[in-house]
Amino acid sequence: MKKLFKLILILSFFSLNSAQTFAAEKVDYLKTDWSFKGLFGKFDRAALQRGYQVYTEVCASCHSMKYLSYRNLSEKGGPEFSEAAAKAIAASFEVTDGPNADGEMFTRPGKLSDKFVMPYDNVKAAQAANGGAYPPDMSVLVKARGGGVDYIYSLLQGYEDPPSGVTLDDGVYYNKYMYGNKIRMAAPLSDGIVEYGDGTNASVEQMSKDVTTFLMWSAEPHLEARHQMGFKAIVYLIILTILVYFSMKKIWSGVESEV
Amino acid sequence: MSDHDYKPKSKVGQWFNDRLPLLTLANHLTDYPTPKNLNYWWTFGGILTFCLITQIITGLTLAMHYIAHADMAFESVEHIMRDVNYGWLIRYIHANGASMFFLAVYIHIFRSLFYGSYKSPREIIWILGIIIYLLMMAAAFMGYVLPWGQMSFWGATVITNLFSAIPLVGEGIVTWLWGGYSVDNPTLTRFFTLHYLIPFLILGLVVLHIWALHVPGNNNPVGIDIKKPSKDTVPFHPYIVIKDGFALLMFMIVFAFFVFYTPNILGHADNYIEANPMVTPAHIVPEWYLLPFYAILRSVPDKLLGVVAMLSAILILAALPWLDTSKIRSAVFRPLYKQFYWILVADVLILGYVGAMPAEGLYLLIARVATAYYFLHFLVILPVLGFKERTLPVPLSITEPILGGSPNLAAARHRESKIK
Repeated sequence: MKKLFKLILILSFFSLNSAQTFAAEKVDYLKTDWSFKGLFGKFDRAALQRGYQVYTEVCASCHSMKYLSYRNLSEKGGPEFSEAAAKAIAASFEVTDGPNADGEMFTRPGKLSDKFVMPYDNVKAAQAANGGAYPPDMSVLVKARGGGVDYIYSLLQGYEDPPSGVTLDDGVYYNKYMYGNKIRMAAPLSDGIVEYGDGTNASVEQMSKDVTTFLMWSAEPHLEARHQMGFKAIVYLIILTILVYFSMKKIWSGVESEV
Repeated sequence: MSDHDYKPKSKVGQWFNDRLPLLTLANHLTDYPTPKNLNYWWTFGGILTFCLITQIITGLTLAMHYIAHADMAFESVEHIMRDVNYGWLIRYIHANGASMFFLAVYIHIFRSLFYGSYKSPREIIWILGIIIYLLMMAAAFMGYVLPWGQMSFWGATVITNLFSAIPLVGEGIVTWLWGGYSVDNPTLTRFFTLHYLIPFLILGLVVLHIWALHVPGNNNPVGIDIKKPSKDTVPFHPYIVIKDGFALLMFMIVFAFFVFYTPNILGHADNYIEANPMVTPAHIVPEWYLLPFYAILRSVPDKLLGVVAMLSAILILAALPWLDTSKIRSAVFRPLYKQFYWILVADVLILGYVGAMPAEGLYLLIARVATAYYFLHFLVILPVLGFKERTLPVPLSITEPILGGSPNLAAARHRESKIK
């Protein structure tokens, strides 16, 4: 019987051990300090606005963001563009509307209530334009990848020449953070590819951080409200728990049993 | 119990109670004599009731905004997360609530295993509990399909495909379940319907579970039969109500932490990718609470036998009151059983761990050993232990642990020293 215990113990020890090696094999993503992490985490407003600029000038030519509307850009907890600025952004896009009274589709400038205009009409068109690979919709992208923001942040900076022995097909690039290291997207960012209005130096690292922050917001637009409410809720619960604990002690004081 | 003697004070109350004895029921629930030595492992019954009600209320709200259609389900979930007032809160409570529900039910089940709560005369309570647990798994599985993400779709494909292992009629059953030749819109709409139905079935069974409990009354950490009401019991209200309330609040703090600060940690990233029948995810894994059974399924090389093993692993629990031959309920007085109990706990945790890993190499070997041990525990160790084990002397009552070994001995001594 003792032997059986030992066997089980050894087995469980092994399984824990291999869990650690499994974790160690995972890629170490580049780290940066995200302002939205932690109990009081909030978005860096300027980073969100810069991130939107990177998205719209670089990513949006291939990647859609179909769950976002232009009104979101001026909403609380987001990039918080002024309503006038958000209206101007919306109006800079051509939106297909209709049919009108004659049964014709027509285009008009975008409104706040419009969804982000998609770069391609459909998935097939997107694939055809990108050598068969569909550029994923970016609305919830950071939540759809195991490494989350760290993964996206690293991927954008993870392009390098393939190590010797690795051959790449046409239109395939080497990225050390990509699953399988092969990616159909060419390095999207290069120093100075956008010109920031606030004078921030548009290095690849800076743009990666800004656009990833923007993607975190697009995936979790109510993150700030959630953190604020969470703190209040937990403080409230802790106070109530303490009060109930003392009430319980008092009620049970007459009973010969511990609570 | 003075149930039948209960007479409401007011005339109206009496008039009503003579026609529908709801006040008698309320009085019974208030006075219900409960062992005074219940520890905090016993508070999970109340916590589970809270979980069920929370899931039903948040679920009803979500159903008002969710669209059960293969082309719109994913989008409607994003609509809930973005545009519905506090939709993110309701959905995160519901999604994490499922995990909290299972966390609580596992503690509740293992409490029962430790203190022998399934033994005579509580076999029916136990079997009702197993049925509730099975329904919970069905509801959770179908609920996970509803957002129509990649894990939803492929999880549904893998699990429904298990039925194809049934000889002769298997393939037909799978087509019937799907409502077509693959997981598609008809599958989604029927899963939504059933996901909506099952919680109310569970609610009904919970009523029966509690009803059956109130016949013999609660088991307790000492595991002995006690006189009710007596010095060994306290009325349910206010004693147990406040204690359950305290435990529930502690539980809610943990719950709130998940909902507000790590709402997606228990889910799988792939489920934020819209379902795509043309792309299979690298690893298809079920939710954490189903992993031990998933490990058992995969540890058997034959598909049909794997399904049989997985189902037996759950159904064997229903036979537990008869497999455990020991007359002593509580593990406190069963030194050998206590050790085997903890090995079983470790075994299930190991199964859960390897269930999340790829079924190959060392993981597969561990899964096989752990699966074999799981059945060994219930089919061999428990029946034999009842005859072979030398149990410790059991006290005659909760209040007077005259023979020692009672968990209340320390408490009694503590009181004595205070009096002196």
